[in-house]
Amino acid sequence: MEKRVVFRSAWLPYALLAPQIAITIIFFFWPAGQAVWYSFQLQDAFGLKTQFVGLDNFRALFADPRYLASFKITALFSALVAGAGIVIALLLATMVDRVAKGALAYKTLLIWPYAVAPAVAGVLWAFLFAPSIGLVTYVLKKNGIDWNWVLQGDQAMLLVVIASTWKQISYNFLFFLAGLQSIPRSLIEAAAIDGAGPGRRFWTIVFPLLSPTTFFLMVVNIVYAFFDTFGVIDATTQGGPAGATNILVYKAYYDGVKAADLGGSSAQSAILMLIVITLTVVQFRFVERKVQY
Amino acid sequence: MIENRPWLTFFSHAVLILGVVIVAFPLYVTFVASTLTLDEIISVPMPLLPGSHMLENYAQVLTAGSEAGAAAPVGRMMLNSLIMALAIAVGKIAISIIASFAIVYFRFPLRNFFFWMIFVTLMLPVEVRIIPTFKVVSDLGMIDTYVGLTLPLIASATATFLFRQFFLTVPDELAEAARIDGAGPLRFFWDVLLPLSKTSMAALFVIQFIYGWNQYLWPLLITTQESMYTAVIGIKRMITSGDALTEWHLVMATAMLAMLPPVAVVILMQRWFVRGLVETEK
Repeated sequence: MEKRVVFRSAWLPYALLAPQIAITIIFFFWPAGQAVWYSFQLQDAFGLKTQFVGLDNFRALFADPRYLASFKITALFSALVAGAGIVIALLLATMVDRVAKGALAYKTLLIWPYAVAPAVAGVLWAFLFAPSIGLVTYVLKKNGIDWNWVLQGDQAMLLVVIASTWKQISYNFLFFLAGLQSIPRSLIEAAAIDGAGPGRRFWTIVFPLLSPTTFFLMVVNIVYAFFDTFGVIDATTQGGPAGATNILVYKAYYDGVKAADLGGSSAQSAILMLIVITLTVVQFRFVERKVQY
Repeated sequence: MIENRPWLTFFSHAVLILGVVIVAFPLYVTFVASTLTLDEIISVPMPLLPGSHMLENYAQVLTAGSEAGAAAPVGRMMLNSLIMALAIAVGKIAISIIASFAIVYFRFPLRNFFFWMIFVTLMLPVEVRIIPTFKVVSDLGMIDTYVGLTLPLIASATATFLFRQFFLTVPDELAEAARIDGAGPLRFFWDVLLPLSKTSMAALFVIQFIYGWNQYLWPLLITTQESMYTAVIGIKRMITSGDALTEWHLVMATAMLAMLPPVAVVILMQRWFVRGLVETEK
């Protein structure tokens, strides 16, 4: 889409674009280029000498069982966060769309976790599940479940999944609600007159019509689980115990900042960039073709 | 209402109430913990009703901070968070609105090139280029400054897109009329386009304020002095290893304070928030 009416000026458009382009170059392209550049280099222990090593860093990464484990953990983590977040949000949105009374109140009470920082969400849930003083821990122990996420990997994973999903539900909920409200009532009414019950109407009409929203949310939730959950992980498990919650972005941060392995961390960053670019392209190709209803 | 099914309506309300309760439960426990003493919290199970130390705890974190972890007063951290959130929100809106004005209302060489340059940044979250970005900022001497905290985060493809989308829906007749009346591009921007963009700006403000307030990784790297910590970083710094050593009553009071501004913004500006969220992403 283009404007028919435009203004003419030889310098003004460049001046208007200058601030954004300058910041983009200094803080996006230059560092991203450097990340790719470092990923082909090896730095000695004191950071004095660097050597061009080609793809060695990448080879070393894919030969490292911990990196491959981190890939698996990230895949499991993002599948759980995206899956749980979407299912719960869809259930809640469908119910809010159904009820005549109190819809606005429910909506308000369900959207506020969006405003909570991931790190704070992590702290809140870590407190509830704290091994010695947590309230939920207390209830679990009463029921004979030995709960200690500081020591047990699968429990640590469960904790970060709960905290990350809790924060993301409000986002998914709002998109599903918007999607539900844009479905023409006449379609639902026609099905009801033909004798289709609520369950059947949902699966044969509502759910297929929501599929663009669901797909969009899947991509967004995977990106969220890959990157934005950094705060949740760092404030709770810090990748532990024994790497059980060491997702890719946390490993890249840890190797670069804490372990000072510049080449290895940059190679990880380069791979992460590739993943984000793929996800973004998938999303945009899809959005272009999206059916409007 | 298509048909009356009382049991289904009852079921819907039951599911929703359960959902609301589960969603609110961590917040409630946090609030309760922030009104107790440390001894009350570590005596398992902790009480489920608010205690009597609310004012005391909040006054202590706001003015003095926690002794076990970061000792900076949370009042100062809240101020840092506020400056960061406002600078990011206002900065993003300002540079994006003029950039999209240039892209939509002018034809000039390299226009598409610049558009794609901005577009590509959508794909590069801070997390994937942490160390090189940190290096750039430290080379520029911006560690522990507000500029270093905010400037790298204010280039935003999403805001530019939102304004571009909006400008494309503004009728061409308005620009034509302005031109016939002899108004230049800047005059048109200031007197016509800007007033029309108010709703979009409000919507973006809510989203970007929350984004700025909740930043974690970036302030973690860029701030080394306690006086520059943001509230979210402060909470993390107060938690020491081991449940018993952490002053949980103060951590929880700080968590309440750190959640208050963004949650208030979402609830009070709900209409713009929903609009901003659903529109920026589509």
